[in-house]
Amino acid sequence: MRVKAAIVGSGNIGTDLMYKAARSALVEPAWMVGIDPTSDGLARAQSLGLRTTAGGVDGLVEYLERDGVRIAFDATSAHAHADNARKLEARGVMVIDLTPAAIGPYCVPPVNLKTHVGTRARNVNMVSCGGQATIPMVAAVSRVQPVEYAEIVCTVASRSIGPGTRQNIDEFTRTTARAVESVGGAKRGKAIIVINPAEPPLIMRDTIHCLTAGEPERERIAASVREMVREVQTYVPGYALKNGPVFDGRRVTVFLEVAGRGDYLPRYAGNLDIMTSAALRTAELFAEGMVRA
Amino acid sequence: MNLAGKPVTLHDMTLRDGMHPKRHQITLAQMLSVAEGLDAAGVPLIEVTHGDGLGGASINYGFPLCSDEEYLRAVIPRMKRARVSALLLPGIGTVDDLKMAVDCGVGTVRVATHCTEADVAEQHLGAARKLGVDTVGFLMMAHMVEPPVLAQQAKLMERCGAQTVYITDSAGYMLPDDVSARVGLLRAELRAETEVGFHGHHNLGMGIANSLAAVDAGAGRIDGSAAGLGAGAGNTPLEVLAAVLDRMGAVHGVDLYRLMDVAEERVVPMMDRPTRIDRDALILGYAGVYSSFLLFAQRAGEKYGVSPRDLLVELGRRKTVGGQEDMIEDLALDLARAAAARREIA
Repeated sequence: MRVKAAIVGSGNIGTDLMYKAARSALVEPAWMVGIDPTSDGLARAQSLGLRTTAGGVDGLVEYLERDGVRIAFDATSAHAHADNARKLEARGVMVIDLTPAAIGPYCVPPVNLKTHVGTRARNVNMVSCGGQATIPMVAAVSRVQPVEYAEIVCTVASRSIGPGTRQNIDEFTRTTARAVESVGGAKRGKAIIVINPAEPPLIMRDTIHCLTAGEPERERIAASVREMVREVQTYVPGYALKNGPVFDGRRVTVFLEVAGRGDYLPRYAGNLDIMTSAALRTAELFAEGMVRA
Repeated sequence: MNLAGKPVTLHDMTLRDGMHPKRHQITLAQMLSVAEGLDAAGVPLIEVTHGDGLGGASINYGFPLCSDEEYLRAVIPRMKRARVSALLLPGIGTVDDLKMAVDCGVGTVRVATHCTEADVAEQHLGAARKLGVDTVGFLMMAHMVEPPVLAQQAKLMERCGAQTVYITDSAGYMLPDDVSARVGLLRAELRAETEVGFHGHHNLGMGIANSLAAVDAGAGRIDGSAAGLGAGAGNTPLEVLAAVLDRMGAVHGVDLYRLMDVAEERVVPMMDRPTRIDRDALILGYAGVYSSFLLFAQRAGEKYGVSPRDLLVELGRRKTVGGQEDMIEDLALDLARAAAARREIA
């Protein structure tokens, strides 16, 4: 039996997530919630057989129990999330937050998802697209030896970045930097985002720089990085190690490219894919627990 | 060209863009010496920040000798007339950095985005205006789009709070006609009270000519650096621009001889290498590449045995933008691998 889920937010992220969830063996997208009745996301949801509302979360809450919705993805905005989360959690729905609001603990699946499932967290936050792409690499280094400082540079195609992210770019850098520390395991973190408008659009690129406390243990770090890349590839097939790890003194640098599956936006928008794939993977692991319970 | 009587505000870049060729290692003593000299010469605006703006301290762009805050707190109290500005690139620095800079006494905040991405500056331009400082929008790599697109982005910055909008020739690629077309259209489409500015790089030797074209087309603020110290082949040499503007009768209010002396006696001696159009800097201008990539390409070229020129041309072909310094080592690794594969076949 698949666990029913609602997707709140009918923009790029919510729509891409819907297509991925529709293929899941564990999660069934039952509702799509928007605020604009003419949005492309809501129209696509209807054609896929989801129930929809343009009345925001308020248009959904009365149906949660009747339709057996147990998981909600919030793909709206940091501003709207607190209110959405309160209404959903009050009705016993587990919330996966794709906004930078970060009320709940950060979740980066290959690093700490199992911990959150173990504690049955009611609200987890998916950090940011850049965080999902880079934090596994920081963790791959920090599980070998202490990382004094980690810095991630995320370059994305202009077309793949919606107005929400643009107006809140500081939230991206702050949230990602914090999670580089708390989830990635770096003592200090920094995040940089660069938007490139080239045509045809460039595939998401990520560079991860770590400064290790001592001389880097090259072979162990290289093996750990390759293993972590394979782990992320299990849910994001387009996640690829491009170059590195490069060692230069205490600096360890990894260069990645992240291609999407092209479910909603084309393949260049790996930033969209890694976020929605991580959120779905999170939902699936929680769903397994719900089915067993 | 008749510039007689035209007012021009000169904005010095030595201590910000000049941080690039200095690998962000300008000492506090050098900062103070140059800033005091410029102030005494009557330069009205002096920028002091990491080369990549507030928060630029990083592995990717280089760790500076001192923090932005240390530089600003040292320089600002010593200024008698000049106003100090700070640069901020959204995605690198945040509103927190901006507030710190204003708390240090910065009077002008310049928020820089790639020329098509002005909307990422909304938070920062808005915050700067709210803090009551002179607020500038800075459209980088402005050669990459046609004038109407640039004008539309400039209007967006104006709506977000920019009181001046800059056309920034980050690659030193533009020719005077490119500058005239862009400045002219912005001047026509922005509100009358909004100033237009021009920031040049000297990679094709066009710094002075482009700045004059900008003033002629209606720009009121022009950037330059003493002795040209800046990324690539440097910025428009400020003392040369001041001399030319004097000859043409434009009004800039800077003491030319004092400015010449600052350039010669304080800035030239601190250069790690002469500011000149070497072949790699020339390629920046020729291929339209972000000027601060220069030293990164030279270092990566040396480390991986590839030609900096090949690297820079490829970076131009891929339409890289400011901030993508991480791409340079990545590309050098790719080119080195391709070269090794070719040797194997041969």
